[in-house]
Amino acid sequence: MAEMTMIEAINAALARAMGEDASVVVLGEDVGVNGGVFRATDGLQRRFGSERVIDTPLSEALIGGLCVGMAAVGLKPVGEIQFMGFLYPCIDQLVNHATRLRTRTQGRLSCPMVLRSPFGAGIHAPEHHSESTEAMLAHIPGLRVVIPSTPAKAYGLLLAAIRDPDPVVFLEPTRLYRSLKEDVTDDGRALPLDRAFVVRPGRDVTVITWGAMVREALAAARTLDEHGISVEVVDLATLKPYDEETILASVAKTGRAVVVHEAARTGGFGAEIAALIAEKGLTSLLAPIARTTGYDTIVPLPRLEQHYMPSRERIASTIERIASFS
Amino acid sequence: MASGDQPAITDWPIVVRLAIERRAYLSPQGDVLAPLPSSASDPKLLIELYRGMVTIRALDVKAVALQRTGRLGTYAVALGQEAVLVGLASAMRGDDVLFPTYRENGALMWRGVTPEELLTYWGGDERGSDFKASRGDFPISIPVGSHAPHAAGAAYAFKLRGEDRVAVCVLGDGAMSKGDVHEAINFTAIHRLPLVFVVSNNRWAISVPERLQSATPTLAQKALAMGVRAWQVDGNDVIAVRASMIEAVARARAGEGASCIEALTYRLGDHTTADDARRYRSDEEVQAAWKNEPIARLRRYLVDTGVWTKLQEEQLLAEVQARMDLAAEHYLALAPRAPASMFGHLYKTLPAAYQAQRRELEEAGGG
Repeated sequence: MAEMTMIEAINAALARAMGEDASVVVLGEDVGVNGGVFRATDGLQRRFGSERVIDTPLSEALIGGLCVGMAAVGLKPVGEIQFMGFLYPCIDQLVNHATRLRTRTQGRLSCPMVLRSPFGAGIHAPEHHSESTEAMLAHIPGLRVVIPSTPAKAYGLLLAAIRDPDPVVFLEPTRLYRSLKEDVTDDGRALPLDRAFVVRPGRDVTVITWGAMVREALAAARTLDEHGISVEVVDLATLKPYDEETILASVAKTGRAVVVHEAARTGGFGAEIAALIAEKGLTSLLAPIARTTGYDTIVPLPRLEQHYMPSRERIASTIERIASFS
Repeated sequence: MASGDQPAITDWPIVVRLAIERRAYLSPQGDVLAPLPSSASDPKLLIELYRGMVTIRALDVKAVALQRTGRLGTYAVALGQEAVLVGLASAMRGDDVLFPTYRENGALMWRGVTPEELLTYWGGDERGSDFKASRGDFPISIPVGSHAPHAAGAAYAFKLRGEDRVAVCVLGDGAMSKGDVHEAINFTAIHRLPLVFVVSNNRWAISVPERLQSATPTLAQKALAMGVRAWQVDGNDVIAVRASMIEAVARARAGEGASCIEALTYRLGDHTTADDARRYRSDEEVQAAWKNEPIARLRRYLVDTGVWTKLQEEQLLAEVQARMDLAAEHYLALAPRAPASMFGHLYKTLPAAYQAQRRELEEAGGG
């Protein structure tokens, strides 16, 4: 057991996967000698060679497409897109190929690939480096979309993603990369995909969230605890396919639901969660479902980004409003 | 005048000079233009190539007939491009991997994909891409050029594992305008991957002619500029296409890197059965192109060299037509699958979240 940041946990998971399975390769821009711009792949090329840790040309569509071709002939590629804002050229590959290859060939070919990308705001980065457009990806049939919220989750979920027989997009909240540490056991043990985690039990209100917002929701919950409001926090972790049961069981218990995400509100993944609760959990609701999200604006440049991202105060105030609704 | 006493330099050093050659062995009239390569010395093999091309045309005729009578979906004929398909496929090994587009039915068929499977695919059933013979070949790729990175990825895997397999990626002239194709060729060149790109330049990308697709006199030079060996070949001369492919595949297999063969051909038919080419090109142009078509050319050569007779021709035509009639019969007799089969290969194991949706479909009568 060692205390790790999220970036160290990701690095440990990649090294573990490459060490145990010679078919795992890592590819992307600057992932080799440089170890990735965030150092997620630090030291991997030294250890596993430049043939398995591939510095690609600056070609995002290529990275996505290489993964498809590699995966279909038996490799397990882990591609890195340097920032989510640069992922869009390879959405063609995800929608048109990676997710359909198994269906198109009736199982003759498949696509066990992982596409990693940092995402989200909060690190004072330049334009296009702060997007969180996970809902676009979660809309794609045949895909898995996984988002860790802590170093241990990053380690266990990334291992699970690499071992999964189908394509996975793995989105890493940039601002958690180095801002929190926790004990991670590098024992090769994966965490389950398609499962939500109740990271804080509570009685009065359920908060469903993921990624960097989990920490903010937990902070809001601690504050509200002092005011006598008991908040249950559900870390969704896998957005597609998502864990309906855990959400519905929690809402059945609390009767109140708040969905929190950093992404813009309209058509955000919170809308899907709200629809689920309205469809299947309406009778247990004691208050309207609420959403605290980024605004339907362009993600502002760093001077205003703290006003864009849901703060723990905004989250707490929404929870309070829903808790006191009668 | 340059400053000082230095004269202006008028002959700067040339850093790179690129050239594209064009290869052909048979004229449109079937006359020999250059000594035939050893790969064309066996008349039996030439007859096989001829049979292959005639079979493709018969498939196209049958498919269009089915489509026009409402029994097949949209279909893309390869009329006039049969030499490219047979030439490239005949140079591949069984464990090589073909990355086809919608116009490569004939190349797949040469590799063992049955006309039944192809009709099943174009008839709107995924089972048609579960090729029973060529298990490793990619399914037909419809988004133009997006399969080029797949070929690069597969070729990278072959090289990494020390396998002597080759990836063959077929592109059209329109695909050479796509960024992902250029990204793939560039990567292929950097890593000297065992890959052959075949650009089947049929002069038309639906209604857009080559002059609006590219300002360069060849498409091959784009690949050459990125560091891949490239040349042009008369794409209606099956002997030339096959010889070029044999050379390119051998280079790839020997670890000498990728090639790009621009096969100059012409799309004699509509883009697909949903297209009407008379809207954008003249009958005169098409009639002129018919004089270059590949099947008559090889037939003239075979007849002139005394290895092909009228009787053999009649037998072959009857045989391929019977084969396509049988294929159509099998295809039309194929019962549709249960609607819930659409969930069958969505993931390796259907996640719990979608099992309920499958039940929903089953309960709606789609069991």
